[in-house]
Amino acid sequence: MTTTAAPLDVTALRADFPILSRTVRDGKRLVYLDSGATSQRPTQVLDAEKAFLQQHNAAVHRGAHQLAEEATDAYEGARQRIADFVGADFGELVFTKNATEGFNLVAYAMGNAATSGPEAARFVVGPGDEIVVTEMEHHANLVPWQQLAQRTGATLKWFELTQDGRLDLSDVDSVITPRTKVVAFTHQSNVTGVINPVDVLVAAAQRVGALTVLDACQSVPHGPVDFHALGVDFASFSGHKMLGPSGIGVLYGRRELLEALPPFITGGSMIELVKMEGSTFAPPPQRFEAGSPMTSQAVGLGAAVDYLSVVGMERIHAHEHALTVAALEGLSGIKGVRLLGPQDAVDRGGAVPFEIEGVHPHDAGQVLDSLGIAVRVGHHCAWPLHRCLNAQSSVRASFYLYNTLDEVDALVDGVREAQKFFGVA
Amino acid sequence: MQLQQMYQEIILDHYKNPHGRGLRDPYDAESFQVNPTCGDEVTLRVHVVDDVVQDVSYDGQGCSISQASTSVLTDLVVGKPVGEAFKKMDAFVELMQGRGQVEPDEDVLEDGIAFAGVAKYPARVKCALLGWMAFKDAVARSQGAA
Repeated sequence: MTTTAAPLDVTALRADFPILSRTVRDGKRLVYLDSGATSQRPTQVLDAEKAFLQQHNAAVHRGAHQLAEEATDAYEGARQRIADFVGADFGELVFTKNATEGFNLVAYAMGNAATSGPEAARFVVGPGDEIVVTEMEHHANLVPWQQLAQRTGATLKWFELTQDGRLDLSDVDSVITPRTKVVAFTHQSNVTGVINPVDVLVAAAQRVGALTVLDACQSVPHGPVDFHALGVDFASFSGHKMLGPSGIGVLYGRRELLEALPPFITGGSMIELVKMEGSTFAPPPQRFEAGSPMTSQAVGLGAAVDYLSVVGMERIHAHEHALTVAALEGLSGIKGVRLLGPQDAVDRGGAVPFEIEGVHPHDAGQVLDSLGIAVRVGHHCAWPLHRCLNAQSSVRASFYLYNTLDEVDALVDGVREAQKFFGVA
Repeated sequence: MQLQQMYQEIILDHYKNPHGRGLRDPYDAESFQVNPTCGDEVTLRVHVVDDVVQDVSYDGQGCSISQASTSVLTDLVVGKPVGEAFKKMDAFVELMQGRGQVEPDEDVLEDGIAFAGVAKYPARVKCALLGWMAFKDAVARSQGAA
């Protein structure tokens, strides 16, 4: 993996992403600042998917013919490369439909623990137990835990936010207590880009024997991440936010935990022995991959981590940091713009949310779109976070390795344009 | 320019100077509607006497499209029999769901024809219909309660 501090050659990189050279809305140059929602895919990923489908396509883990072997090798080979990329072992990664499914897998499996064997006892939650989340969470790492609490009678607790949108960790031990069974939190906020101190939360959870579940959707694509070094128990991330295909996500689980965790979705491929009276289950990761899995998507995600590794995650992180600094500076210089969350780029990834006084985010987004600038508007699946920051919704610009300082300038100019259009400049 | 096609002067006027805004008494039923993709919300009350819409009052947070379309709604339905108000609603919904292919009738929709450009932007159709969905729901509630 390249970890040199040399800056990215963004012009050369952009040539790998055909979509970035198209125009939108009557010939406007596309300025894509919505990678936090979904990233674009380089030719290398598209070619890998196509080559798999043209040369090796078959159902994996079934059949003894040559294509079945090749397809299985391609699928499991991708798992290995993705595991290497995130500091995990081969058997610790489960392919899911998306990151949301990964969180649901853990939450539902914990819900199933009470009626599973003695090895699942450590996952049982019930009345008197506590589930801890944060106000910063994407709905994907919030709603499944609300539901688990509702189904089991456990109590949901959460870390609140400080005024500048960081986790209030002033009294960790009053939130994470000996009653806590699981602590679910995001590595990097999808709205504000805030990077949370994983070590503090993992240490607090470990003191009381609670499990940790990390939302890594916004961290794995944008910087070096090593799950073993972080010490989390579970983590989930998605392919389409890291130059890979949609329709694939990855759940990481520490090996000994996955081995003891009961299944969530059941059916073919995940069994060991099936009789009419009942069934036993395969070891992980197969236990959690019921049915015919996605194949070209796994291969595509394998190609995406190859691509990211060659570019270098530290360089990508540094590049996005520079863009974030420029965006914060440019936007904070406009009268009437309110930056949500931290006002600086310390411990922060490449996402910048803001409001424009007198221009609703939807309307601001429409003006930007008319200029060819794609941003996200709304609450970005983080409604509680917006309430904490006293915003009904926001405009969010998010960056990736292929974005440029010129595009940040275009955003800043576009915001002024929106103010002019709505007569609030 | 496409932007002006969407944000007609009429829409911006209604947005900046909304008609009928504010929640008022008396009313027979109230509806709260939210657009879950952006969090925009409207609370809308109707007062119906002898099957005639006497008042529509509302409050909410939202973009120019949702606020302006609710303002236009009050112009179109207040003072009208419920049946006629619903006909206007159907015409507006048809316009908004027409992907820009429906020719609006100014006699029926008055200022509402300004939203024809919005119909070309599928992501904004929900915005334009938010107040109307609240109106439909509130009238149904008022009739249910009667």
